[in-house]
Amino acid sequence: MSVSETRHIQLPRPKPRVPGWLRLPLEWFAFPIIIVVIWSLVSAVWPDKYFPAPVVIGETFAQTWLNEAIFTDILPSLGRLGLGIVISIVVGLALGVLVGSSKWLRELLEPIFEFFRAVPPPMIVPLLILVLGSGDVMKVAVIATGAMWPILLNTIEGVRAVDQVQRETVTSFRLPGVHRLVFVTLPSASPQIMTGIRQSLSVALILMVISEMFFVESGIGLQIEIYKQNYQYAAMWALILLLGLVGVVLAVLFQIAERYILAWFRGLKGAERA
Amino acid sequence: MARTTLWGRSRPVLLGIVGVLAFLVIWEAASRLAWVNPTYLPSATETLAALGRFAVDRYYWGVVGDTMITWSIGMLIATIAGVLLGTIIGLSTFLRRYTRTTIEFLRPIPSVAIIPIAVVLFGVTREASLVIVVFATFWQILIQVLYGVADIDPVARDTQRVFGLGPLRRFPFLIFPTALPYLMTGIRLGATVAMILTVTGELLIGARGIGWLLLQRSSAGDYAGVYALVVTAGVLALILNLIIRVIERRLLAWHQSVRGEVLV
Repeated sequence: MSVSETRHIQLPRPKPRVPGWLRLPLEWFAFPIIIVVIWSLVSAVWPDKYFPAPVVIGETFAQTWLNEAIFTDILPSLGRLGLGIVISIVVGLALGVLVGSSKWLRELLEPIFEFFRAVPPPMIVPLLILVLGSGDVMKVAVIATGAMWPILLNTIEGVRAVDQVQRETVTSFRLPGVHRLVFVTLPSASPQIMTGIRQSLSVALILMVISEMFFVESGIGLQIEIYKQNYQYAAMWALILLLGLVGVVLAVLFQIAERYILAWFRGLKGAERA
Repeated sequence: MARTTLWGRSRPVLLGIVGVLAFLVIWEAASRLAWVNPTYLPSATETLAALGRFAVDRYYWGVVGDTMITWSIGMLIATIAGVLLGTIIGLSTFLRRYTRTTIEFLRPIPSVAIIPIAVVLFGVTREASLVIVVFATFWQILIQVLYGVADIDPVARDTQRVFGLGPLRRFPFLIFPTALPYLMTGIRLGATVAMILTVTGELLIGARGIGWLLLQRSSAGDYAGVYALVVTAGVLALILNLIIRVIERRLLAWHQSVRGEVLV
């Protein structure tokens, strides 16, 4: 232990020019604020209809989204997104554990699964619309089927790589199957599973938007023509802002979940490194 | 443990082939026996026949080429931008700290959200498609390059300082080799994302490519053609993935992660 402690000798730091309490907020907000200020100045000097001032975008954002649209548009979308993600995790985990624990099932199914993962999910949206119509079922199915493959394949990989000693210990102690699953297989596969889920989240968000854009028959081009004629450029930027916020919230939620679920794993890593 | 017998070595391949064949048989049955409405689920043989018709059709190959061109240009721009910005930001502690929140906010924005702006600026063109492809792929590569540049071995860095290597030599001999494994990971992840956004651009914006052709076949009622195009997209993505893996192994033949696999 003493060896590892000697590594943490603090070199005398140069005196900081910024007081300590201000440093972190400055790190976090200085750059975004500079960008917004420059953007505001530029759009005040050279007004461009495609790039409205941040204030205008903010106002439009409040007008468009911070009203009953929360209940009529935003929450239903988020509900479908959540449901789709939950389904993809449940199906991906169940199938992944099943296929991952059996060598011949794995060898039988992995090529097929690899192919399905390779198909870009948006390509199957028109097919799902044909079969399921353009309602909520289709939208959830689009998200779930697209987000499932990274989780499934990572779970298979994680379950396959369960430590040999652990597996043999479980067998010689004759632990029942449920215990084996809950105490050995799932925990030891969890880093891989979380990697799969992280890859799925961004795809799921993209698919949420795509599933809603699709039922305009002639593609989104028509809708944008309408936007264009009504000079609703600020509305487009407000949409980006909204989806950006959803993406950030999703990423933060995932990080919290990951920190909680993989706490033991980081502890192990830290111990190995010391 | 080691698969030494012929059966042991060929088993995964054989089982894989059996799996694919079983899948095709189930697909065929599902359509022929009308478990699913056969109009919307043409049988496997019909789909393969449609693929065969496509294979001798020069128009089809032109459309596949369009998709490939959009994908390639998007990857190229995203890689160059990612490597440049990633190296600049990654080498400076100050920049790395002060841009973190901005990157963390911009990165999760689903690139489909910027489709309206892209179309307003560029119209229904490949350029509009490229905007979303580059936006999505850029972050994958940037993040990996940032990790890679931050991972420089302190001993190697101190050594090059002692030997007085100038900043011009530092890039090819120290920074680039350190970041290369990370960059290749970014390119591999980015390639998948770029393909997803390329077909999205074709489906939603209407840029020429396999997604665009899929919509046309669909409204013409040629559902076997639609399935054939889905298969095309999958095969294309698999081939690109394979090529990138081969390049990765070649470029990183000296690296522990690749050398280690050979020993085991």
